[in-house]
Amino acid sequence: MDTLYQEIILDHYRNPVGRGLREPFEAQVHHVNPTCGDEITLRVHLEGAGESATVADISYESQGCSISQASASVMHELLVGHTVAEGMGTQEAFLGLMKSATDDSSSDPDEDVLGDALAFSGVARYPARVKCALLSWMAWKDAVTQALTPGGTP
Amino acid sequence: MTTVALGAGQGRTLLDPALRADFPILARTVRGGQPLVYLDTAATSQKPAAVLDAEREFYEQRNSAVHRGAHFLAEQATDAFEASRAVIAGFIGGRAEELVFTRNATESINLVAHAFSSATAKKEHGAPLPDGAERFVLAPGDEIVVTEMEHHANLVPWQELCDKTGAVLRWIGLTDEGRLDLTDLDEVITERTRVVSFVHQSNILGTVNEVAPIAARAREVGALVVLDACQSVPHMPVDVRTLGVDLLAFSGHKMLGPTGVGCLWGRAEVLAAMPPFNTGGSMIAIVTMERTTFADPPQRFEAGSPNVAQAVGLAAAVQYLERVGMPAVAAHEHVLTEYALAALAEAPGVRIIGPTTATGRGGAVSFTVAGLHPHDVGQVLDDEGIAVRVGHHCAWPTCRRFDVPATTRASFGLYNQPFEVDLLVVGIRRAQRFFGVA
Repeated sequence: MDTLYQEIILDHYRNPVGRGLREPFEAQVHHVNPTCGDEITLRVHLEGAGESATVADISYESQGCSISQASASVMHELLVGHTVAEGMGTQEAFLGLMKSATDDSSSDPDEDVLGDALAFSGVARYPARVKCALLSWMAWKDAVTQALTPGGTP
Repeated sequence: MTTVALGAGQGRTLLDPALRADFPILARTVRGGQPLVYLDTAATSQKPAAVLDAEREFYEQRNSAVHRGAHFLAEQATDAFEASRAVIAGFIGGRAEELVFTRNATESINLVAHAFSSATAKKEHGAPLPDGAERFVLAPGDEIVVTEMEHHANLVPWQELCDKTGAVLRWIGLTDEGRLDLTDLDEVITERTRVVSFVHQSNILGTVNEVAPIAARAREVGALVVLDACQSVPHMPVDVRTLGVDLLAFSGHKMLGPTGVGCLWGRAEVLAAMPPFNTGGSMIAIVTMERTTFADPPQRFEAGSPNVAQAVGLAAAVQYLERVGMPAVAAHEHVLTEYALAALAEAPGVRIIGPTTATGRGGAVSFTVAGLHPHDVGQVLDDEGIAVRVGHHCAWPTCRRFDVPATTRASFGLYNQPFEVDLLVVGIRRAQRFFGVA
């Protein structure tokens, strides 16, 4: 169980980074995990245009287990200040990490890209919890896609 | 079946723990060699060897298509299937011709909701309907009544029916203790109510609802009464002759039977008035290129190849329960529930969602732990080999009513024993320590 609940995860759970909904923002999404009822409302604020825009802020309110809460916090830490393109790359790497226990073809996780998010490697061994870890990351991708779509919601 | 007393002078008895040996899965270990503590029977029950043997015996000795063909095995398979129907119907006080096999209770309820939308659409287009089908024809503004403690399976089909017909969904609210608030029953069930569908025992709160007052009011206004008996038929004596309901749905896998088989019991004249659900083979009377007439119930509602081996397995489960005796099962689970409620009431930070006394309640015990998300509670328990359910238990509106996103639920079956409740309480304390909230 200690491989699942690594100290980094527990730290982020107890002291989440970037929590709360803030202005300004270009897109807001609400995602739920229908199997367990976990929810997140997430806003993104971008500066610049297209894939080279900078993720200036990710603000969120969520309810859920330690894994989903910590995941949102780590994501905030990893993505804010980076470009959308970099963020999408990190998101892909995190998705890969979550599939690593079931997908032998996935390459080794990129430590430089994932940083603290590597602590979630143990989650991949508990299929029921993968969706918890992915909730905020999927919400972020959705929000950024909407923010970059001309005229708002695609 | 021998019984042992728990506590002095309780007057109630537990079943012999020796019956655990009838359930092969209870002997296995999980998560690093720990004994399995299975507290998730409300989600699905474990199966005694007798059920597995019955299914295997069917496939090895009698497997064939039923209700067609004239060969020896076809006869034997048909006999096994229909004998199973009679055994299961008898278990709830019904007759074989009143029992429809479905995939599960969800399908049973959908079958009933579909009878309404189908009758309504056929009426509109002037298509033939069975005699008495008028009571299944809805008009915009007609009302359908459920309760705020329904499993999604007894909520969503009715919402869908409302969307299809213009009927309006209403519901009976809950008290803070997790019981139905019947104070304004006469205002919720009105002359416009056409069907009242409610749960017998809540899968999330554990509440056992009194059927009589609701059924009486429904009858007063001429509404059909549907009972979701998924959590009651496996755990207490249920007799359709005294319940006063028109239709009753339950699932095989929650009552020691196989997955893939559920039942819908209905009063004969009610089933006879219902148009079919799935259509195709086995459910017809005469088929021409222009038109088809339908078989009588229950075959009318059993299109396609039925779940024969599962029905046979479910009959074996029923016979197992009958050997133990449903009053004994109910008494056993009552003692366990009392024991669990008392233990959880004493555990710091634990809040029971649902009635806190064992009266009028069954052995599905939901709770929250202050400062901990149910997923995390469940994960720590799982680490100790304890299987509980976490989440909204397919009763999301009920969670909202009690202002909790989710709960942890321990639920009991006839094979559980008090030592497992003790392990649960120890596990909760460990979770609190692990996350630093105790």
